[in-house]
Order: sequence, then structure tokens, then C-alpha cells
Amino acid sequence: MSMDRNARVGAGTTTPVIEIEDLSFSYGGVPVLERVDLSVSEGEFLGLVGPNAGGKSTLLRLILGLLQPQRGRIRVLGRAPRQARRRIGYVPQYPAFPRSFPITVDQVVLMGRIGAGPGLGPWRGVDRKAALAALRDVEAADLAGRQIDTLSGGQLQRVLLARALVGEPRLLILDEPTANIDQRLEGEIFDLLAELNARLTIVVVSHDVGFISSYVSRVACLNRTLVCHATDDIDGRVIGELYGEDVRMIHHAHQ
Amino acid sequence: MTETSTALLPLSELWLAFSGQAFLQQALLAGLLASIGCGLIGPFVVVKRIAFLAGGIAHSVLGGMGAAVYFGFDPLLGALAAAILAALLIGWIRLTWRTGEDTTIGAVWAIGMAVGILFISRTPGYATDLMSFLFGNILLVPTRELGIMAALDAILLLTLGLFYRQFVVVVFDEELARLRGVPVGFFYLLLLVLVAVTVVLMIQVVGLILVIALLTLPAAVAGHWTQSLAGMMLTATLLGAALTSGGLALSYGPDLPAGPTIILLAGALYLISAVAAGAIARYRAHRMLTAALDANPDG
Repeated sequence: MSMDRNARVGAGTTTPVIEIEDLSFSYGGVPVLERVDLSVSEGEFLGLVGPNAGGKSTLLRLILGLLQPQRGRIRVLGRAPRQARRRIGYVPQYPAFPRSFPITVDQVVLMGRIGAGPGLGPWRGVDRKAALAALRDVEAADLAGRQIDTLSGGQLQRVLLARALVGEPRLLILDEPTANIDQRLEGEIFDLLAELNARLTIVVVSHDVGFISSYVSRVACLNRTLVCHATDDIDGRVIGELYGEDVRMIHHAHQ
Repeated sequence: MTETSTALLPLSELWLAFSGQAFLQQALLAGLLASIGCGLIGPFVVVKRIAFLAGGIAHSVLGGMGAAVYFGFDPLLGALAAAILAALLIGWIRLTWRTGEDTTIGAVWAIGMAVGILFISRTPGYATDLMSFLFGNILLVPTRELGIMAALDAILLLTLGLFYRQFVVVVFDEELARLRGVPVGFFYLLLLVLVAVTVVLMIQVVGLILVIALLTLPAAVAGHWTQSLAGMMLTATLLGAALTSGGLALSYGPDLPAGPTIILLAGALYLISAVAAGAIARYRAHRMLTAALDANPDG
């Protein structure tokens, strides 16, 4: 089996952006992650795939410092996740806020700046400029004044991406960024991520291994244990092993 | 209001009564001070959907007040202490266990009332004041209480002004707040304490049974028509001022209790606003769909 586990470790002289050693985690005794090793170096675009309940979201929450590892070690940007997380931009799978909340897009994006700089009083000019710049980065500057309940799924996804970028992160983590939008927009979002990859390290979770393999530089397959593949090696056999059954790959294109 | 029923006084007569009688001016001032509290905190209660929690805090106040009266303390002090204690208890249970707060709120609600009624039954002569406490009496707010209400308003304004961003992000998206290093637990508990303080402030005006209406209805109406939490606060404050003043004016002629009149006025406004906002939203959706279909006739 041609896997290049940790292939990039030692490839550069800088510390890895994410370094995970022998990580295990369980919910109430049921193991979710077992002996996971992973090293993500600067500038990588890593796809994290695997079946539902395979531990993808748990691994993300551990990297973000929202959960504590029960065994093993995680370093993000050379520090403990809790110390590093202001340098992480995170795009959740589902927005954690009610869509009916009375707030405009620019205010949502500004929230990604909280915790940086002095904390009291209203937003400052430098924050507002950063928010507009982030909206321009995701090609959504025209949405700035819109109420969030008037956005489509794809527009909301761009706004969440801008909110993750506005804090000037070094690492961008996205959990199923295209689960709630249609396929044409999926391509647009990933084209955008490919551009951002020029200045950011990106980890993206997806259930759609076929789709993301054309964008990412490496695929990490997680189903309690983690195995990495170079994207060229992804074929039916690898997918079958990951999902534990034969998955038929069907070529279907809509005209 | 040129046409008035026999029960209602013409405006001019009302103004005469108002300018001549200090207690009416006091009442109007009490209404305005309470409006600031309900305008600043009400939007948080509405968008965070914690009206039930605020209700629990309000009813627990009876326990503190009863105990204060029985032991010879200032009832307002007892009310504040009970409200803050209830807020911290409910908030702590929510933050620690993440579920089960409904049961806690229900328990705090009922136990607070029970404690209060027991103490009041043991305090001679106080039972008559129970009604004004349950239903409020805007006409009998003493000058000293007005000063305390003004001070509480100033505290609310200052705290929310300084930490506006933090409060908004904590009620909007707790996960983001946590990831950005905002102390979510601290601000959540602080918000609940501010809710508790506001509840005590408004009990003076409409009583504890009606306090939830004054806390939520102006903010909910404001939410139909505004696009930001700050805008919602300003609108809710103005609506609260209009509703308390209007309720006071309506109730004065026929000698109705002011608290329930204010609440019914607020309820009527809420119903009208909800129906109107719903109709406008449906009309807009219809128009946008029509426009989209016209623009793309083949699709």
C-alpha cells in the first residue's frame, strides 16, 4: 500500500503547523480516535476525509482546543491548541447562530476580530477595514450591508469564510464547507480556497473524497485511525478500505 | 385623542392633572427609568431566548423580599440579592452541565415564591403590600427608589457600553467567542446578573408577574423592524417609554391599575407588529420570487 504517512515531516526547517503524536480520544469509553499521528507543514492543503462518525469533527475540536486529548500530544504552530487558536481561522459546518438574529454581514465578519487588540468600546477603523478586506477576499464585498437572514447558503458560507480570515490566521480549518450548498458553488468555494492556500495552511474536512482530491495536496483518511495518501493514489481500493465496503465510483456529469 | 370616551380624560385635563401632581410626575419618571432597563436588556433576553430564565429570576425575588422584610432589612436589598443569586445559580448550572436548566429555573421559580410567601405570612401587616409587589404600583414609587433605578440604569449603560462587542459575540455565537479567547462563562453570568438587576428595577413599575412582558414585548417589537442589536436597544427603549407613559395616561381617567394597562398596550402593539412584519416578509418573498422567475423564464 502506497501511503506516505508523515512524508512531509522534516521536509522543511520550520515547525509543523499541526503536529499530532499518538493521539487517542474516547467519548465515555467508546474510542473515537486511536493512536493518530499527523504532521501538517506550512503551506499544505490537507483534505480530511472519512465516514460519518469516523472522528473528523472530534479531531478538529481537539486541534481547536475545544476538547482535551486523553492521550497523546497536539501542538499547533508550536504551541498548545488553546494558546494557538487565535491564529486559527475556523469555518464550522453549520453556523452556530440563529439566522433570525438582527445583524448585518459586516458585523458578523467583524466578530472574527474579537480578542485582538484592546477589548473595550466600539469597533475601531482598523477592524472595519480588515472586515471589508476579508469580504473582498471571498468576493462578497457587495453583501456587507445585508441582513444575515436574507443570504443564500453559498453566500453565508462566504461570509463565514470571511469571518475566519479577518483575524489574520496562519491556519484555516473548514468543516464540510460545502455540505449545504449546490455543486456549482462547491467548485467556486474550493477555487477560492486554492487561492488562499498561497498564503495560508488549510485543513478541510469533507465526506466527498473524489471531489476534494483534485484540489488538496494530501488526503488524510480518518476512520478511528488515520492514514494519509498522496492525492494521486486515491482510487476505488483506497476508498473501499476506508469505508469498509465497496464504494462504486460513478462518473456522472450534469449538462 | 380628541374623541374620548367618558372614562378617558381629554389630554388637556390629563396634562393639568400631571403638572399639578408630583406623584404623577414621579410615576412618569419611574416609567422612563424602567424603559431604559427594558430597552437595554430586553433585546438580549429576546435574541438569546431566555425569557423563561428571566421569569425564574423575577419570581425568586419574592423570597429575597419576604426574607428581608421578616428580618427587618430593606426589601429592595433583599430583592436584588435574591435575583443575583438566582441568576448565578441558573447560569452556573447551564455552564457546567449544558442541559437541565429548565428544571433548575422551574425549581428556583417556585421555591423563591414559596419562601417569600412563608416569610410574608409570618410578618404582621405586610400582606397588604403583597399585591402592589405582585402587580407593581407605578404611582407609589418613592423618590429614593427612583434614585436607585437611575443608578442601576447608569450601571447597565456603562457595562453594556464598555463590553458591547463581547456581549454581542457571546449571545450570537458562543463557539466563536470561545475560539477567540473571550471568557464566555464570565460574560454569560454577567449578562444574567444584568438581567436580574433589570428585573428588580422593573418590578417597581409593573410588578413581578408582569415584568417579563415589559422585558420582552418592546424588544420583540423592536426586533421586527431593526437590523442590529444596538438599533433594537434604542427602539425598545423608546417603545418602552411610549408604552409606560401611554399606559399611565390611559389608566388614570378610569382609575385602572397602571401595570396591567401598560402590559395590555404592549401586548396589543406586539400582535399588530408581528402580523404586519409577517405580511411584509411574505410580500417581499413573493415579489423576489416573481422577479427571479421573470428574469429566468426558461429555468
